[in-house]
Amino acid sequence: MAKLNLNRVDMPIQDPKARGRNFSEVTLGYNPELSLEEALRCIQCPKPLCTQGCPVGIDIRDFIKPLREGNMEEAVRVLKSKNNLPAICGRVCPQESQCEAKCVVGKRGAPVAIGRLERFVADWEINSAYKAHVELPKPTGKRVAVIGSGPAGLTCGADLAWRGHQVTIYEALHVAGGVLVYGIPEFRLPKRIVQAEIDNIAALGVEIVLDTVVGRSVTIDELLADGYHAVFLGTGAGLPMFLNVPGENLNGIYSANEFLTRANLMKAYDFPRYDTPLKMGKRVAVVGGGNVAMDAARVALRLGAEQVYIVYRRSEVELPARHEEVEHAKEEGIIFHVLTNPVGFVGGGRGLVTGMECIRMKLGEPDASGRRRPIPMPGSEFLLPVDTVVVALGTTPNPIIAATTPGLQTTPHGTLVADEETGKTTKDRVWAGGDIVTGAATVISAMGAGKRAAASMDAFLKGGA
Amino acid sequence: MYPIAAREELAPNIFLFRIEAPQVARKAQPGQFIMLRVDEMGERIPLTIADFDRERGTVDIVFAAVGRTTRKLAELQKGDSIANFVGPLGLPAEIGRFGTVVCVAVGYGMATMVPIARALKEAGNRVIGIAWARQGEYLFGLDRLRAACSELIVSAGNGADHSSFVIQPLRQVLQGGQPIHRVVVIGPACVMRYVSLTTKPYSIKTVVSLNPIMVDGTGMCGACRVAVGGVTKFACVDGPAFDGHLVEWDLLLARRCTYTGNEDQLSTFWQCEHCAQW
Repeated sequence: MAKLNLNRVDMPIQDPKARGRNFSEVTLGYNPELSLEEALRCIQCPKPLCTQGCPVGIDIRDFIKPLREGNMEEAVRVLKSKNNLPAICGRVCPQESQCEAKCVVGKRGAPVAIGRLERFVADWEINSAYKAHVELPKPTGKRVAVIGSGPAGLTCGADLAWRGHQVTIYEALHVAGGVLVYGIPEFRLPKRIVQAEIDNIAALGVEIVLDTVVGRSVTIDELLADGYHAVFLGTGAGLPMFLNVPGENLNGIYSANEFLTRANLMKAYDFPRYDTPLKMGKRVAVVGGGNVAMDAARVALRLGAEQVYIVYRRSEVELPARHEEVEHAKEEGIIFHVLTNPVGFVGGGRGLVTGMECIRMKLGEPDASGRRRPIPMPGSEFLLPVDTVVVALGTTPNPIIAATTPGLQTTPHGTLVADEETGKTTKDRVWAGGDIVTGAATVISAMGAGKRAAASMDAFLKGGA
Repeated sequence: MYPIAAREELAPNIFLFRIEAPQVARKAQPGQFIMLRVDEMGERIPLTIADFDRERGTVDIVFAAVGRTTRKLAELQKGDSIANFVGPLGLPAEIGRFGTVVCVAVGYGMATMVPIARALKEAGNRVIGIAWARQGEYLFGLDRLRAACSELIVSAGNGADHSSFVIQPLRQVLQGGQPIHRVVVIGPACVMRYVSLTTKPYSIKTVVSLNPIMVDGTGMCGACRVAVGGVTKFACVDGPAFDGHLVEWDLLLARRCTYTGNEDQLSTFWQCEHCAQW
């Protein structure tokens, strides 16, 4: 047996200088040779630990095996038997803290690049004539309404369709995909890929109804009375949080949701070919340290900003963003102001923001979250001249459904009360999963919740209740 | 796709479109709004629901063709379709038995006030309508508004102060001796501001219908944030109706002008000296 290569195979990537000015995908994916080389690093454990690290339980070893043997169709089949959105997960999952963190190879060197292999297999299917054929069972005659077409809703809907139920997904926006289309930028997750995955789910017989704000256009109780046997709520955490400091409503200060929605969903980067504008300045501050903040900063750069700052109140160690995203942002020239917190904004003519008042922070003892608590340093205030600000501090659930659905209990954080394992809510025949239950989290955790809820709903629907 | 069942130019450059959207018509309430996108390249814009017919499944919208999207919309004809039409959004207008209510309707408000005035009258209120336009040719839909109100005062023209001719009849009503329990005003932001300033000394609850910039219209983007009584609200989910005495108008007007640099010059129809300062 050949000696194990302790280093993973690098994935081709766009040059940082060039990519900072375009919206094409940053990482280019493996070619067949590279994927084979990396796949051969998998030692095919008799009892693989990697699968335990996967929120949707992909049989990782078993899709890598046919990949090594050049049997792509079998690799696709194994992968998609557990994951409906592999081309998306291969790109945006935090593999380093999930499957790859469990990989045995990682004990001696770099773990197998599972995410890159997943992406390679999924992209192969999208670009080939082969379509993983799913043998659907006999229809059960049960109807399910899924609210929200983001990762939780798509996964839940597809899993229920696999089990023979008739699924309708309701989406408020004019495109399906939720955060996959309005939030995550083109250069990190091409919309062509999202659409291909959604088309695959529609091919299972899942109906997707756009332009429908459930709670306004139709209520949950109306859906239940209208012949749906069960409902899954996957409406995410869509309400942006702000800093609540003076001057925050000045022009040029956006929530990350608005900034990214204009750029991604509405394609403001292609204005005026597309009608939606996005007013961008030259000096942009993005407040926050998560993946959304990195996305916003890198979008700002691509839209022509000369200087883009990440302003984060803790230190670089505590940045919640994926390491890879932070590295990519730095390579592209994003400037990090860590241990810095905004305390107010000042404006000029036309109500436009001209500066952000900041204070330096130091780290104290760990707080309830386990991270060291940031403490303001009196006298360290300074003014950061900026003309655009993006507030990326996180989101909370949209209250429309909770407010219009009697019997749904919410927590003080506005999230829905639901069983952690099954997603069952406090209302009869209604399940929920994803950010609407957990608060803002990851694509894959929402998918895991959608999957678990689908299993519970299936048991209920087949129980004949 | 949502077909255009009827199209009418109510006044120069002001259009009524009747859209086939049964799902919206089924749930629409006075005071709510819709979001639309004209075509695949289009932006999403909010428009107030001017009327609805649940049986025919249609919703009326009225707009002045002054911006990129509304001009594109105005080019469409009966039988054409628009790409997206979502609603009803926002909270319905507060309808109660208040007593005597003055409804001030300016611009597109002459149409969108109709269902609100009608509901107020049906709830047992005496409804005094005031319709105003800068020039007589911009007065439209008065028969429908008159039918929805108990009485309608029509006024046109400008005094030295741009809005004086809408304020004058309002002042006369306020000073006329009869108790006024509420004022509802729909129109350009500057007019709603003037009306709110006028009613404030009388301490009469004044409800305005705000129309800030929105992207999604469901509470997601925060573009439509307005300050009301010192608290930041989202017009799309907390409104669009707010207490005009508590709205921070300078902020609202500034935020509405975020993109005027990107759009062609706005028509003078919407301008007042408060807007002109920006």
